[in-house]
Amino acid sequence: MKTPWYEKTAKEIRDAVHQGEASALDIVNSFIEHADAVDGTVGAYTQRWSETARTAAQRIDEKIRKGLPAGALAGVPVALKESICTSEGKTTGASKMLADYRSPFDATAVTRLQQADAVFLGKVNMDELGLGSSTETSALQRTTNPWAPDRVPGGSSGGSAAAVASGTCALALGTDTGSSIRQPASFCGCIGFKPTYGRISRLGIIGIASSLDHVGPLARTVEDTALALNVLCGEDKGDPTSSDRPVPDFTRSLGRDIRGLRIGVPKEYLASDLDAEVRQYVEKALDQFRNAGAEIVSISLPCTGYDAAAYTVISTAEMSAGLARLDGVRYGARHPEAKSVPDVYVMSKSAGLGTEVQRRIILGTYFLSGKNRQDYFVKAQQVRTVVKKDFQNAFEQCDIIAGATTATAAFPFGSKSDNPLEMYACDQFTVAANLASHPALSIPCGKTAAGLPIGLHLQARSYDEETLLGAAFYYEQHRGFEMGFPSIL
Amino acid sequence: MQYEAVIGMEVHVEINCHSKVFCSCPSAFDAAPNSQVCPGCLGMPGALPVLNRKMVDKSIAVGLALNCQIARSTRMDRKNYFYPDLARNYQISQDDQPLCYAGYIDVDVEGRKKRIRITRAHVEEDTARNSHTQAGGQSGIDFNRSGLSLLEIVTEPDIRSAQEAFAYLTSLKQLLQYLDVSDCNMEEGSLRAEANISVRPVGAEYYGTKTEVKNVASFSGTQKAIEYEVERQIEVLNSGGKVVQETRGWDADKGITVSQRLKESAHEYRYFPEPDIPPIVVDEAWIEQIRKELPEFPIARKERFQSQYGLSLYDAQVLTFSRAMADFYEAIVSAGADPKKAANWLMVELQALLSDTKLDISASPVSPASLAELLALIETGIINGKIAKEVLVEMFKSGAAPKKIVEEKGLGQISDSKALEETIRAIIEANPGQAADYRAGKEKLFDYFVGQVMKATRGKGNPQLVNEILRRELDS
Repeated sequence: MKTPWYEKTAKEIRDAVHQGEASALDIVNSFIEHADAVDGTVGAYTQRWSETARTAAQRIDEKIRKGLPAGALAGVPVALKESICTSEGKTTGASKMLADYRSPFDATAVTRLQQADAVFLGKVNMDELGLGSSTETSALQRTTNPWAPDRVPGGSSGGSAAAVASGTCALALGTDTGSSIRQPASFCGCIGFKPTYGRISRLGIIGIASSLDHVGPLARTVEDTALALNVLCGEDKGDPTSSDRPVPDFTRSLGRDIRGLRIGVPKEYLASDLDAEVRQYVEKALDQFRNAGAEIVSISLPCTGYDAAAYTVISTAEMSAGLARLDGVRYGARHPEAKSVPDVYVMSKSAGLGTEVQRRIILGTYFLSGKNRQDYFVKAQQVRTVVKKDFQNAFEQCDIIAGATTATAAFPFGSKSDNPLEMYACDQFTVAANLASHPALSIPCGKTAAGLPIGLHLQARSYDEETLLGAAFYYEQHRGFEMGFPSIL
Repeated sequence: MQYEAVIGMEVHVEINCHSKVFCSCPSAFDAAPNSQVCPGCLGMPGALPVLNRKMVDKSIAVGLALNCQIARSTRMDRKNYFYPDLARNYQISQDDQPLCYAGYIDVDVEGRKKRIRITRAHVEEDTARNSHTQAGGQSGIDFNRSGLSLLEIVTEPDIRSAQEAFAYLTSLKQLLQYLDVSDCNMEEGSLRAEANISVRPVGAEYYGTKTEVKNVASFSGTQKAIEYEVERQIEVLNSGGKVVQETRGWDADKGITVSQRLKESAHEYRYFPEPDIPPIVVDEAWIEQIRKELPEFPIARKERFQSQYGLSLYDAQVLTFSRAMADFYEAIVSAGADPKKAANWLMVELQALLSDTKLDISASPVSPASLAELLALIETGIINGKIAKEVLVEMFKSGAAPKKIVEEKGLGQISDSKALEETIRAIIEANPGQAADYRAGKEKLFDYFVGQVMKATRGKGNPQLVNEILRRELDS
């Protein structure tokens, strides 16, 4: 039997559409039917836009028929995280507060994908407003890990990772403030890429913490990741923190020779409480790099441990302001019994925002109040500077920093819900890249005996996505296994 | 005990940047409610602020005009509080790194020069406008004002009287209007002044407890409110009481200040750097560019008017009070008019017409060029001053050119000596008695004949020519 379209890569789909070998409509239908079959089990999609997706596919086919140029992602089915603003459908952030919210505009990332002729199949689940590491805090629904129905998909972009892994989209868009693209990618066995801060516009992202928020793609191959980055990256006048650096063709960095590439392994990462299987597969990956001629360098990141603390302070402080607008005054769920202005705030927020969101808003407010501002917030900013410096020093000794994306594979539902600190620890290897702004990705490097994916975390210098993609591509081609699709589907 | 007032002013000025400070919405004043809004100034999820560079330009210009230091590197901050008129529930403002700081302004208080130090001038955004007069007792919020560009200008507590406060506000407004950065309209809210007022025994070094008086609709109201508040505080202290730190409003009808709310001892705004806007780096070249484009300021211009045009101090002061008036004046002169005559006609005749119709000089129906043309008609003897005043009234009404009015209404002077001779001979013939008396030495009767000629020519006889011919005819 012929491989169904939903198992093909974005690159294969795009090429087939460009060359007129397949119609975008057939491709999109293949994904829609597959999602009909499996997403009831996975629960990635919160909104299915099948009809508009078919219409969009027909428009692309029409273009091809007329011989007009089609975009770089022509006919590629994409899923969007619930926190990414779209004029189509709702933009809920998986929060009760925004359960009926419709955005008047499209995020820049969405516009760029649309201009590249990608087709949106709908929106996918996430932790409420991006606060969580398991997608369990979503007010909408439960999303399961496609590899193990009793396990979480990770978060906050859990829906994005689960959809990519289960083949219900070829690419997904996620956001990453501390780990939210890379950790679910690691749990679900796909690639999650957080580019350098400023590479992809944040305009139209329901932000958590503006100085840490990143938009990025989740995909099944490194090449698809590069294709998506080509479309997504670039300056946006609507986001003054976006970078005006020229954007290279990222696909050209694939196939680079990695001989002589220096891969740094922080001793602090290996000394931590890594799960034995995770450690085994990460070390195996390092061996593969070494065998291919890369140089494995032992390095030190003394900031390890402090980075997570600084992250908690800065991210919650920024989000305490960033989420303040969700008050039910201009939009959102205003409590029907609120009689006074303070009522509108207190009652609407109490009813509309979940426990984790409230916890972090209170935490952030505390870190900024009175003397605490100096003791926590200002101190955390200083630590952030130290983290940047640590990485600068480290990147003088190596070109890539490697380690595990997470200390363990996907955990069972409910196992960390009552212990926020344990949940926050899911970010321990990933937050530094958000604090220091450099690019990082997670790529599958094996499966546990129980069949759960394990992620290899690679980081590179700011704006050096090419080295990162080159190394990941080499590894993907030589790692000696295919990730494939979960058998439960 | 003798007390003195210690006053500091906080002025919020809406800087006209054509669009809002963090989005591209227009900033017109009287648009329909919520018609000038976008996701940005409504605080919608996902919207990001983009700093309007014009606002930075204009704020730097104000800073330079106020002799301020300009920060070479600064940033915006988030000021957090909850209120329905605040779209994001934080205001983007500047906390401890204002764009402009440590300046001063010299103001004239009844002929005495007073220097008032400027603590800082910082960039921020305006809030929306709440309105509690909706049907059914509901409140409405108009977000047209949300995100307008505000510059908050704060003085040191250098002001010692209501009169000085008035002089400060007047000079500040004059400067802002010269810079053309704001229309400074207090009624429309584009300039809002708050006074921090305390009193202390004369000679004391400490500061008394202050009250903040806000929501006054005019400069003179501010002066009265300060006068009242200073007296009130002195009375409180004299009767053994204590001044309470609070915000007080001005009740213009009763002429008193009224307690509005007790000020919490310390505001908890949880300021932190605005992560959505990169740091603002102002280099020397940027400042120099703005400095080069600064207009001539009132004091310098006044002095130049005296020396260059030979005007009196008073005239120079009146003509330079507003930039529009001074520009108008110089346009008349550069169109060829005599500087002194131009000053007179502008300050007296045109100003009277403007005052009657409550028009500002910038809205004058008579242009500087046509006023210069009118003065040229007098100069060349086509009309006399009396007729010219009538012509100006007509110009003001219809906007027509003076020459055209003179021609159409036949107002030109009779300078034809033959025609005048005939008229004059006829008058002498008709008044044989008066002519005889004049010739017999009653010289006063000469004026009688001038009057008769003017009557006959309906005032259009060229006065010089009339005199000449009359004397010749009577003396012959």
